[in-house]
Amino acid sequence: MRSLFLAALLALAALVPPPALALDAAAVHRLALGDTSNDKIAAINALVESGDERAEPLLKALLAGSVQTSGDRVLIVQGDSAIDALSGEKVVPIPEDASNVVLNNRIRGVLDSAVSALRLLSHDQATRLKAARELADDPRAAALPVVDKALARETDPEIRGVLEIVAASVHLHEGSKAERLAAIRTLASSGNSKTETLLLPLVAKKPDGSWAEPDAEIRVAAQASLADVRGRLAWGERFGLLFAGLSLGSILMIAALGLAITYGLMGVINMAHGELMMLGAYATYVVQNLFHAYAPGAFDWYLVAALPAAFAVSGGAGMILERTVIRWLYGRPLETLLATWGISLILMQCVRSLFGAQNVQVDNPSWMSGGVQALPNLVLPYSRIVIILFAAAVVGGIWLLLTRTRLGLYVRGVTQNRAMASCVGVPTARVDTLAFGLGCGIAGLAGCALSQIGNVGPALGQAYIVDSFMVVVLGGVGQLAGTVYAGMGLGLVNKLLESWSGAVLAKIAVLVFIIVFIQKRPQGMFALKGRAVEA
Amino acid sequence: MKRRTFVKGVTLGAAAVAGGLAAPSIWAKGKTVKVGVLHSLSGTMAISETVLKDVDLMTFEEINRKGGVMGHMIEPVVVDPASNWPLFAEKARQLLTVDKVAAVFGCWTSVSRKSVLPVFEELNGLLFYPVQYEGEELSYNVFYTGAAPNQQAIPAVEYLMSEDGGGAKRFFLLGTDYVYPRTTNKILRYFLHSKGVADADIEEVYTPFGHSDYQTIVANIKKFAGGGKTAVVSTINGDSNVPFYKELGNQGLKATDIPVVAFSVGEEELRGVDTKPLVGQLAAWNYFMSIKNPTNESWKKEWAAYTKKKNLPSASKPLTNDPMEASYIGIHMWKQAVEKAKSFDVDKVIAAMGGQKFHAPDGFTIEMDPHNHHLHKPVFIGQVRADGQFDVVWKTKGPIKAQPWSPYLPEDKGKKEIAVKMTKKS
Repeated sequence: MRSLFLAALLALAALVPPPALALDAAAVHRLALGDTSNDKIAAINALVESGDERAEPLLKALLAGSVQTSGDRVLIVQGDSAIDALSGEKVVPIPEDASNVVLNNRIRGVLDSAVSALRLLSHDQATRLKAARELADDPRAAALPVVDKALARETDPEIRGVLEIVAASVHLHEGSKAERLAAIRTLASSGNSKTETLLLPLVAKKPDGSWAEPDAEIRVAAQASLADVRGRLAWGERFGLLFAGLSLGSILMIAALGLAITYGLMGVINMAHGELMMLGAYATYVVQNLFHAYAPGAFDWYLVAALPAAFAVSGGAGMILERTVIRWLYGRPLETLLATWGISLILMQCVRSLFGAQNVQVDNPSWMSGGVQALPNLVLPYSRIVIILFAAAVVGGIWLLLTRTRLGLYVRGVTQNRAMASCVGVPTARVDTLAFGLGCGIAGLAGCALSQIGNVGPALGQAYIVDSFMVVVLGGVGQLAGTVYAGMGLGLVNKLLESWSGAVLAKIAVLVFIIVFIQKRPQGMFALKGRAVEA
Repeated sequence: MKRRTFVKGVTLGAAAVAGGLAAPSIWAKGKTVKVGVLHSLSGTMAISETVLKDVDLMTFEEINRKGGVMGHMIEPVVVDPASNWPLFAEKARQLLTVDKVAAVFGCWTSVSRKSVLPVFEELNGLLFYPVQYEGEELSYNVFYTGAAPNQQAIPAVEYLMSEDGGGAKRFFLLGTDYVYPRTTNKILRYFLHSKGVADADIEEVYTPFGHSDYQTIVANIKKFAGGGKTAVVSTINGDSNVPFYKELGNQGLKATDIPVVAFSVGEEELRGVDTKPLVGQLAAWNYFMSIKNPTNESWKKEWAAYTKKKNLPSASKPLTNDPMEASYIGIHMWKQAVEKAKSFDVDKVIAAMGGQKFHAPDGFTIEMDPHNHHLHKPVFIGQVRADGQFDVVWKTKGPIKAQPWSPYLPEDKGKKEIAVKMTKKS
């Protein structure tokens, strides 16, 4: 299949006329108006072969979905006006009958490599290196003649190294035995997951049991290279697992932190905790919309404003709750549970009436989209890195607040001995309100963080409430450190089990583990030392 | 403040309820016919089902404006089964015995349909089910206006195996853990075997309902793809799709390398997602909002006007999708069948349903199969665009006949595609 395609391509390359003065009109027409994918791909290849730098804007526009056709004309649309791809003249307004050129994934893939391939001939060293790296990610035969051309005139050693791997992946199935062996050895030094795909056919067996590759020497070389590549990929997988565990752990931790204060320190079983997170997420949504409407230029920084807003909304709601409902139910856990559960239903329905039952869209700021390529087969998404750091910052902040401020001192005092604290003049009622507000505010912050990776809908809180209680109970009631360890531990264990047994079984296994653990150690991982009053 | 908004919300809600109750009383002066709407308006499925309730009500209004059904004004009875499967059965019983509705339009998940099925068969009711499903069912009392597997899943996988679809050799079947994904994947596995794909090249993975952390799964997809050209077939249902697609985008999995085709992701599900990283991912349906034809244009306009008039939350960005279209077709076909039978009697209407034709927003004249209670529907494969809409990249030449019993499942061999009335003795 592949070699056939390549042969067709080479034949085509021979047919293509030398670069003309204007863009190759026939190719452009075939590209935009061609009937079949083969037509369009042939046209793309023709444009790449021509090495014409003016083809790049057209191909890029095509990728971006801004190429339209109107009759015989091919237009590159920019806002309200368009440019004729062939003549370069401006077309205003865009004709009524203009319709988008639809690409399928196959054409899009060829286009991707075509754009990179064209950039290989650029004069800028950085552009060339970037293009070469992109091609290494996506070694499609379509780019071959250009790669050879670029390799022949490339002087920069770094770019040459990358290009050699690209070329090797292309030479793997063609050429003399020496060339193929050299290509296989070059590929061994690549840490790209796609290299595995390239090498596998060389060591595969046909259905009848014979080897697909008749030459034993090539098979052995391929086997060795494959082992090298796989060894490198395995490390990426291990680190990926660790990172996933950390990330899930940080999410569990931040979701449970607020609860660690309201339930852990104050003993209020707050079933509305999840809904306070939801309020935080909706506050983020509202702030985002305000930025969209009034400050689209600063949109990337809306989270900076959303964080205090989420904290204020959830914290405020929490304080109102404490003053109006929970205050009257201290020391009556069952009633608190029922009342807060009722409140959670009320909050959910309110949000549903105000914002609708559908999920709302919270966009990531552009700096949180995508990820950093840590290893060839490991991408760490920025959003998750940011959330890990944010969770750490919140934990640090709370720790400082509880240990270094007067409010923290009061909270700890009231927790340990309410009567005594009251006797020495601590306004216990106000401390309760503030502490509860703080716990709820942190739930709001968690909601703001969750809005960046998950769904924002009225039922957002429901998804996290059980996990939050799990973390707090496992960590030990009344202990902040316990929450941190339990959150991280559960995250890592969950991810390890998931990679081993699948998501459904992992969830069950974790729940069973917690049940057994609580039986053995009802006080959680870390018990309050000394006199636990009110226990 | 919170309180005030709450009070406001309650007042608004009460006003809406009052309005809803007041409207039918005007029609009650003439001849009316009651029909039931059985969609979850709260709970996890509210996300998908609320909009079906709205499109049902819009269609009733449209029919009433044109003189009703045989001169009878439609009087909708809307109930909320709250995403609670047993409650679906109770509400269905209430609609059939207390309200005595002529037909019921409702259900989304297969588990809710399975829950109401015995009720409809026992009381000889009439249910129109508007969602794509796993097949393996044929009830005398139900008309299935969504797709059977051969009208969605099988063509989609065939497309993935074709040259334009990427020529996939390995398949990662990813779904939510319940009856629809498991049955669909079972059929797909047999189908892939028939195409010469070995078990080693098929991976089946399930996640619980509401799963939100897809890091490991996306990493596993990458790893699996190392073994050859891979495509992902997603039967993830509900809002788990959002974190799944976000993770795909963030980990840099591109549709050109590993295409994902989804069977439960439409315009409505992508509402909460930033679709820019998802450009090129696929979905298979029998209707897309972006399909260009006069029927669809006027239907979309009607829906946009309705959302604005009723001040629905979606009014700022009115979207149409496949199950909405299926609901719309179902209601119109019921009306036509009633007019053909000249009666609201369930048995007579069922007898008149076979062969009903309707010019649907998908641009084709859709026909109800004379025997198997399913529609002949066209299949479209769409590709996500940056604006959350779909570009059709492949479609069948015309409507194709539904096969509720899959020809690929050995246990379905010899099952007849004729719905037989359950004999009831009481």
